[in-house]
Amino acid sequence: MRFTPHTAAEVQAMLGAIGAPSVAALFAHVPAALRATAALRLPAGIDECGVREELAALAGANRSGDGLVFLGAGAYPHFVPAAVEQLAGRAEFATAYTPYQPEVSQGTLQATFEFQSAIAALTGMEVANASMYDGASAAAEAVLMAQRLRPDRTAVVLSRALHPQYRQVIATYLEGVGDVEIVTVAYGEGGTTALPSTAVLERASCLVLGSPNVFGAIEDLAAAAAAAHAGGGLLVNVTTEALALALLRTPGACGVDIAVAEGQSLGLPLSYGGPGLGLFASRQSFLRSLPGRLVGETVDASGRRGFVLTLATREQHIRRERATSNICTNHGLCALQATIYMALLGRRGLGVLAERNLRGAHALAERLAGLGRLRFAAPYFNEFVLQVPDARRRWEAALGRGVVAGLPLADWYPELEDCLLVCATEVHDTAAHDRLVAALGGTA
Amino acid sequence: MSGPPAILRPGLLPEPLIFERGARGRAGALVDPGAAGGPAPTDVIPPAFRREDDLVGLPEVSELDVVRHFTRLSQWNLCAASTLYPLGSCTMKYNPLMNETVARLAGFADLHPLLPERWTQGALELMARLAGFLREVSGLPGVTLQPAAGAHGELTGMKMIRAYHVDRGDPRRHVLIPASAHGTNPASAALCGYGVREVPANHEGMLEVETVRRLLDGDAAALMVTNPNTLGVFERDIAAIAAAVHEAGALVYCDGANMNALMGVAKPGDMGADVLQFNLHKTFSTPHGGGGPGAGPVAVSARLEEYLPVPRLVRESDAWRWREDFPRAIGRVRSFHGNFAMLVRAYCYMRALGGDGLEDATSMAVLNANYVRARVATTYPLAYATPSLHECVFSDHDLAATGVHTLDVAKRLLDYGFFAPTIYFPLVVPGALMIEPTETESKQTLDEFVAALEAIAAEARSDPEMVKAAPHSTFVGRLDETRAARRPVLRWTKPES
Repeated sequence: MRFTPHTAAEVQAMLGAIGAPSVAALFAHVPAALRATAALRLPAGIDECGVREELAALAGANRSGDGLVFLGAGAYPHFVPAAVEQLAGRAEFATAYTPYQPEVSQGTLQATFEFQSAIAALTGMEVANASMYDGASAAAEAVLMAQRLRPDRTAVVLSRALHPQYRQVIATYLEGVGDVEIVTVAYGEGGTTALPSTAVLERASCLVLGSPNVFGAIEDLAAAAAAAHAGGGLLVNVTTEALALALLRTPGACGVDIAVAEGQSLGLPLSYGGPGLGLFASRQSFLRSLPGRLVGETVDASGRRGFVLTLATREQHIRRERATSNICTNHGLCALQATIYMALLGRRGLGVLAERNLRGAHALAERLAGLGRLRFAAPYFNEFVLQVPDARRRWEAALGRGVVAGLPLADWYPELEDCLLVCATEVHDTAAHDRLVAALGGTA
Repeated sequence: MSGPPAILRPGLLPEPLIFERGARGRAGALVDPGAAGGPAPTDVIPPAFRREDDLVGLPEVSELDVVRHFTRLSQWNLCAASTLYPLGSCTMKYNPLMNETVARLAGFADLHPLLPERWTQGALELMARLAGFLREVSGLPGVTLQPAAGAHGELTGMKMIRAYHVDRGDPRRHVLIPASAHGTNPASAALCGYGVREVPANHEGMLEVETVRRLLDGDAAALMVTNPNTLGVFERDIAAIAAAVHEAGALVYCDGANMNALMGVAKPGDMGADVLQFNLHKTFSTPHGGGGPGAGPVAVSARLEEYLPVPRLVRESDAWRWREDFPRAIGRVRSFHGNFAMLVRAYCYMRALGGDGLEDATSMAVLNANYVRARVATTYPLAYATPSLHECVFSDHDLAATGVHTLDVAKRLLDYGFFAPTIYFPLVVPGALMIEPTETESKQTLDEFVAALEAIAAEARSDPEMVKAAPHSTFVGRLDETRAARRPVLRWTKPES
């Protein structure tokens, strides 16, 4: 299948205008020693019908779980209203370029301004950028930003209760950047971070916590902020379940300096983990150090309100090796999906949905407690750690019955033997809860 | 062509910010919060941890408000589905709609990334096949699909290069980068702690071995090169340059943004590249989305394979598995496995075209660019006489006397219903106008585009003030970017009532 429209006559006419004898002649200047001697060894092209059949077979070889997947751990099963996909799927949004020519890109630019506004409101922070790739890379960029703001510091402090993939990404990004040590602090018996001493924090540009953390537990961000600030550093908060922001005290109100999150919960399908949506917000005073694109409000010559990419002197195309980040293409269409989702649910709907999540997870936890116990006492949103005897065997048995009973945590935290990280959202109704309880070996 | 076509604007309606729509208390979609039972939040979350406001600042609109709002906004955009985007180095080819259908299949869209592999063999098989396709196109044996964008791929590649040197006890301190390189190249190098040394091109716009050799010392970690370069010119000396770089113990990073010019013609692996990032949202047809999401898979030579990020897809007992036990890996560069929905689209495209179709795409891309070059060169000066592959660069030099600059030409093109080419990049060409038509454009479209450029050149001479005030028929006129930067307003705030 091909999308090239050229007829033989057109090719001839074009070659005539160029003054070349053949299409091959256009490549004659490529050194012969480098020219491919064989055709590309890829399967031969097929028509759309054949492609669709093959892709349907590949999709059909997967099992998505029919609403019986109680997995969170950084990606959350939520219901996505049809309007999100239909509106964001409009070609005018999906096939638009980066809005460098603002006169013909006001749709993208205004929607991005609305995204920045909504994320600032959701996080309680002063300014939000136009998106990063995902929560993990956003967290890494937040740490780099903290180092730029506190250049004399030689360490960053990460909570061990921060999602391990996020800690890995931060470590990768920090490799080779100055000589910055990563200090990891433990979590306490309650499931939240044991805050480090001032002596440790005085060496660090930032303290990085997740809240809710990887165990689903809600951290005391205000106490963490006070500790970080007492040490002269910054507090970075990471929220992997963005919906929690609708119900919990905002990072801004807690004194967080840089708030990042994974925004997939806000209207993006799971899609096997990508594309996600990196949310990034901070204090206004840090603006010049912010990575990523920013859309700002302005006017045209006739005084009409419009929007433009702005403060580009921070970015790679202007500042090159002195840019605040190397990011160019971000996750613009994902940010649009989130904006539409937040508008559809709105001020009331997001709060109600968050409440549905919290209540359902707590109801499920209470039923599961009969099989074992809640491992941590900290308050939680829609994810919790269940300790059951023989967890791995029960998990396998549940899988055999078509139920994914959360994530066995021992792979990530060897000391949490016999623990399952269980997530329940609005997609899990009481019947689904029944199935999970039964599958794990209790009675429904 | 006598003047631009009439730009009709049916249904192009004004629309305020979403926050300026709706009414206090108007709600959209509401679920029943108690549908699965459970305690109220006030019973289980201490007051100090509960949200301090009721989501003030979020919209309060109905579903119809939302539909009208975003439908109207969409209509203010030009897009690749409505017109030509001749942006150099962006490869704005047609985004096949079948990609969209396929990416939305429930068997892909509903997969949680942490599902056991035995439930996701279809997804893993797709990723493995795509990696195989990219190995073949690049001529390089190792591939990671993790990076989320081209720049992310550059960062990944440069981290691997750094790890290679650290492993040999000699991290080295700087990277050689041509002055014409995309800004992400030096930015990515800097993110790995490297300094940047600029490599000048010769009068033909190409790198020369001797110039590179002079700059290579024991402290150079790598040369970053784009081939064809950002002028659309094939780096003739690339093999000798790569050899010189390797002799000095350094590595070659190849920016694959311009792969649309090379498929089936030459392989970066054969040129001596050690790392290559692909841009799936360029060469492999995934849509640009107004600024992403894209994907930036990276291919590497044998000497760098052990540094590829984790997790890696391996074949064990006749099934695909994720494995992380690779001690020399640079670690992770993002959560989970990659921008999977974009990988699905790219696989769909590559499967539809096949090897023969990809070669055809490259051939027609280069034909189209050379046709535009021949037709436009009579009106605008070519930056370099060197042969072009898939893109060509002009300057506004001949318009100097009129006072009309490249920016004005770009803005006037919008009145003709075309998106503007890339302007003022690469930096080495003053007033650069970089045109990449891509292979999916017809001769008719290209002829219309050329006619518009010719008409604008004539307008610049006969009515320069009009051109300098363009665009005239777009939704808004030129915007005050100075004001936007001096007095940043980056979010909506409720007006004082």
